[in-house]
Amino acid sequence: MSTSDDPTTQTVRTHSTEHVITAGADASQRTPTWKKVIRDPQAAITIGLLAAIFLIGALTPLIAPHGPNDADLSMVNAPVGTSGYLLGGDESGRDIFSRLLHSINTAAISALIGTTVALIVGVTGGLVGGYFNRATQSITEWTFALLMTLPGVLLLIILMPVTGGDYRATMFVFGFLLAPGIYRIVRNLVLGVKNELYVDAARVSGLGNVRILGRHVLSIVRGPIIIAAAFMAGSAIAVQSGLAFLGVGSTEIPSFGAMISSGFRNLYVAPAQFLWPSLLLGVITASLVLLGNALRDTLEGSKPKAKKVGAGQRVVADVERDGPTDPDALLVIRDLGIAYPGVDGAPNEVVRGVNLSLAPGDVLGLVGESGSGKTQTAFSTLGVLPSEAVITGGSIRFDGRELLGLDDTSMAALRGSAIAYIPQEPMSNLDPSFRVGSQLVEGLRAATSMPRKDAKARVIALLDRCGIVDPQRTFDAYPHEISGGMAQRVLIAGAVASRPKLLIADEPTTALDVTVQAEILDLLRDLQHELGMAVLLVTHNFGVVADICDRIAVMKEGEIVENGAAEEIFGAPRHEYTRMLLGSILDEDAVRTDPPAAVKGVAS
Amino acid sequence: MTLYILRRLAAGVMLALVILLIVFLLISSSFDDTARTMLGQGATPESTAALVEARGWDRPVIVQYVEWIWHAVQGDLGQSAFTSLPVRSAVVDRLAVTLSLIVPALLITAILSVLLGVWAASHGGVIDRFAQGISLVGHIFPALLLAIGLVVLFGVELGWLPATGYVRFGDDTLGWLRSITIPVIVLVIPGVANMSAQVRGRMIDELNRDYVRTLRTRGISSRSIVYKHALRNAGSPALTVMSLEFIQMFGAALIIENVFALPGFGSYAFNASLQGDIPVILGISVFGVALVTVVHLVTDILNGWLNPKARVH
Amino acid sequence: MSLLELEDLRVSYPGRGFRARHVEVLHGVSLDVDHGETVGLVGESGSGKTTIGRAVLGLVRPSGGSIRFASQEISGLHGRARRGLASHIQVVFQDPYTSLNPSMTIGDILAEPLVVHGATSRDARSRVRSLLDQVGLPNDAIDRLPREFSGGQRQRVAIARALAPGPQLIVCDEPVSALDLSTQARVLDLFVDIQRETGVSYLFVSHDLGVVRHISHRVAVLYRGDLVETGDAATVTSTPEHPYTQRLLLAAPVADPARQREKREERKRLLAAHA
Repeated sequence: MSTSDDPTTQTVRTHSTEHVITAGADASQRTPTWKKVIRDPQAAITIGLLAAIFLIGALTPLIAPHGPNDADLSMVNAPVGTSGYLLGGDESGRDIFSRLLHSINTAAISALIGTTVALIVGVTGGLVGGYFNRATQSITEWTFALLMTLPGVLLLIILMPVTGGDYRATMFVFGFLLAPGIYRIVRNLVLGVKNELYVDAARVSGLGNVRILGRHVLSIVRGPIIIAAAFMAGSAIAVQSGLAFLGVGSTEIPSFGAMISSGFRNLYVAPAQFLWPSLLLGVITASLVLLGNALRDTLEGSKPKAKKVGAGQRVVADVERDGPTDPDALLVIRDLGIAYPGVDGAPNEVVRGVNLSLAPGDVLGLVGESGSGKTQTAFSTLGVLPSEAVITGGSIRFDGRELLGLDDTSMAALRGSAIAYIPQEPMSNLDPSFRVGSQLVEGLRAATSMPRKDAKARVIALLDRCGIVDPQRTFDAYPHEISGGMAQRVLIAGAVASRPKLLIADEPTTALDVTVQAEILDLLRDLQHELGMAVLLVTHNFGVVADICDRIAVMKEGEIVENGAAEEIFGAPRHEYTRMLLGSILDEDAVRTDPPAAVKGVAS
Repeated sequence: MTLYILRRLAAGVMLALVILLIVFLLISSSFDDTARTMLGQGATPESTAALVEARGWDRPVIVQYVEWIWHAVQGDLGQSAFTSLPVRSAVVDRLAVTLSLIVPALLITAILSVLLGVWAASHGGVIDRFAQGISLVGHIFPALLLAIGLVVLFGVELGWLPATGYVRFGDDTLGWLRSITIPVIVLVIPGVANMSAQVRGRMIDELNRDYVRTLRTRGISSRSIVYKHALRNAGSPALTVMSLEFIQMFGAALIIENVFALPGFGSYAFNASLQGDIPVILGISVFGVALVTVVHLVTDILNGWLNPKARVH
Repeated sequence: MSLLELEDLRVSYPGRGFRARHVEVLHGVSLDVDHGETVGLVGESGSGKTTIGRAVLGLVRPSGGSIRFASQEISGLHGRARRGLASHIQVVFQDPYTSLNPSMTIGDILAEPLVVHGATSRDARSRVRSLLDQVGLPNDAIDRLPREFSGGQRQRVAIARALAPGPQLIVCDEPVSALDLSTQARVLDLFVDIQRETGVSYLFVSHDLGVVRHISHRVAVLYRGDLVETGDAATVTSTPEHPYTQRLLLAAPVADPARQREKREERKRLLAAHA
């Protein structure tokens, strides 16, 4: 089968209800990068400004009225506006304007040499150090560590006898000193990309190392390199100016640093002299920094924003505080709506009109596929929705009390003591820097203000109860020292420590092996009986629901489509979607029966 | 732990030896120039050669290197080729001046950066925009321009602080404070700009992590989450930034010392380099490398304390 | 003669740190896959099931034993010789989000393996069209980026990429575990249909007995680097002999409250009996 009209290649058409996401929403992401950059005003202005300055620099031989070192004794410290000496003369009678123009070129060459050397050395080092085996990695790592061990400026000064102070040689050396920064960026990106499955897939497809580096790795590294280049050009110019200011290098070379130095010596005689080169140097370096920032914003996308910690959930709707209460229910969610800002800023409702009710001691399974809004519903009950989320309406009533509109302090008082939470990923939900025990003790004391000693004893007893063999050792362990199954037991112990009335478990066994899952489900079932707590179990797994839940609510695209006793729904699902989901389960009857396929059209 | 420190120190010494060897090899090309400079106007090829031989500079570089290391280990860094003054005490004197700028600047930078970064990350809104504004402004201008601008403003125009000159700490504490105020400010501004942005970014990352949500569901206060949990986890990358900031400041200090006419490491290195004063250049290198090694070591030890995964048993 | 034969395959990874001891993750596994056959490889995390797949693909180097493909020893091959196998052995990975390069269009992703093996870009393009057709994706997908597709669709793209060179064996590493339930069933059906059409063999790695049962002719069960049980799919996945397989089978919950209650009791009896 090598061409499309090969008779053995028949199209396999499976009935597909998956819809292709409309291209409209993503069109903006496919604009070529350079267009995106040009459209950003900050990038456009700084690029324009830098282009204009360096163009003028390139035209210097044509437009400068004097040579950079032409001294005229009659023009010593000539004032601004002297004929032929637009910005006046300096301490040696040289034309400040002409020297300024020539200095642009010195700066441009410095930036060019420094950045180019840094890019060549850093990118090569980063690609080699990140992609190849461990021995190569340690060698490059050590070499670049060596480069970083001497303060750059000091090394440049010390090496004056070697470079002869020529600014081009100095910038060449400086390029090596800048290289570790680039090396770090590239190496980290490559290390990340190297473990991406698409690189493995490319290798399986028969691509060689060079091709993989060029095609798959370099394309990821390109953006960050361009950004870094802008910043490096700025620091190369700044360092060259600093060194020239110190007097490193030939006095014949016109540069901002040398001009500032000369103006600075003349500060009391002609205060304006140091101003011109400072101004131009400032404009160039500032433009490069601002350009780098603008490139970062457009190429790397928006970074997560800072938000107020403990601001509580945003509720836009008027919450009905004194609505009818159901005395038999512990948790009543009515008509809940949750929205996130969409691509164009318009709110995008991920939860719509959700109604749920949970009696004390009941176990309710909230089932749905990814993106159905089940986790959002659970988070809103805990009061821990992300700050971008907005509750657009409804009511969440816990133990007769309305939760929507409560501030974070009141919610914090409820959380941990009356409502508790078990997360999906055990490892990422423990603070890596604190011992397991101290995290649990802190939580328990926040909920109950128990003395530390009692809290510790209770936590150790709980760890023991949760099936941890050596509770004292786990208490003293750091999260990275325990296994995933163990970590989930720790999190369950943390959740039930203050005997909550309601436990919200968000896919508590999804990240675990199936044998560990069975043990954790046993533990949850036992604890639920012992403590008589209600459980809201969020899951996509009908097996887990069948194992532990009394009642089921099925969610689809933000809405609850079916709600009822577990036996009823498994026995006679009413809604078409529920039937479809149950029908998709690969049950014990679904054994493959057809024999191995006959071999046809074997690849030549 | 002691073993770890010893191992790190040994690695640092190795690194220093390699760097000094490189400096030796590079400098060895200019022995003749140095001899000529020492002899001044009357230098002839014969007298230059005689001086080179007298100094032992004609011997193989490796031999000179080993000999120099041998003396250095015993605390003898030799004498200046020009002034015959002992290198060690001169370098220490000059380094003290530079460090008296950098150490206060680094402390102030660290405190301000953590305050500003944590504050911005955990409050958002206006405070966050203010912090980002500060970091942008501080990034834009090279230290040299800041130094000159502040000297002109406070030293010359307003006359509040001495524009140039250095007062020794032991002689007049207040005078010392006044003499280092502007240089320290010049170092602090870009330092805070860089480090507060890093702290802010790390804090935002940490506050978005899963464990923060889980801690919140246990009723733990926002204050504990921000200042105890998130800050500790953001701390170890921030420390790395701080050690790089130290090296950065050291480089910047060498340049701005000149603006303020401070008798620091920068001008000393510059003069030695200009003359090709080889013993002094080597002395400066060894102290520069030692300084950086110690800073990295301290950073690693603090890192191990903050981050249990990095801890070495 | 089987298409793929593993004999006493061993793999060890270097331990952490300098000169650390090597950790063996596969302790001598023997297994074979016939033409047109699916062999399911089941195990929990740390069992070494993914490592077997990666060893066959040449992504990890075995420390012992042999891997023979079409009677040729391939475990020691690298460089050009190994790359030559690309048209015979292909892969579909678990995560449809990271197995496609986010910055390449679907057309480029699918054409890459073809162009590497010397196809002209025009031939490659027409082949890509027929591949898209084969996996049930619309023709206009060719100029789009992976992020414009859902998880199930991306997995279809990954399958198309694997089919591109017309391989005899596809290693499937948990190819449906990241998918939603309803998508999972359809993608599995696609795998079966393609096998019937082309006669390709699958080495199908999964942690999920249900999935393996659905697609495999034969099943092998791995536990901590050892093969504990091998046999035809129906037997191994419904009446297993080895205690570990029994435990695995009983631990997987079934979507029926009454049957699950029985299963749970049975599991507890088994555990008590072995305790």
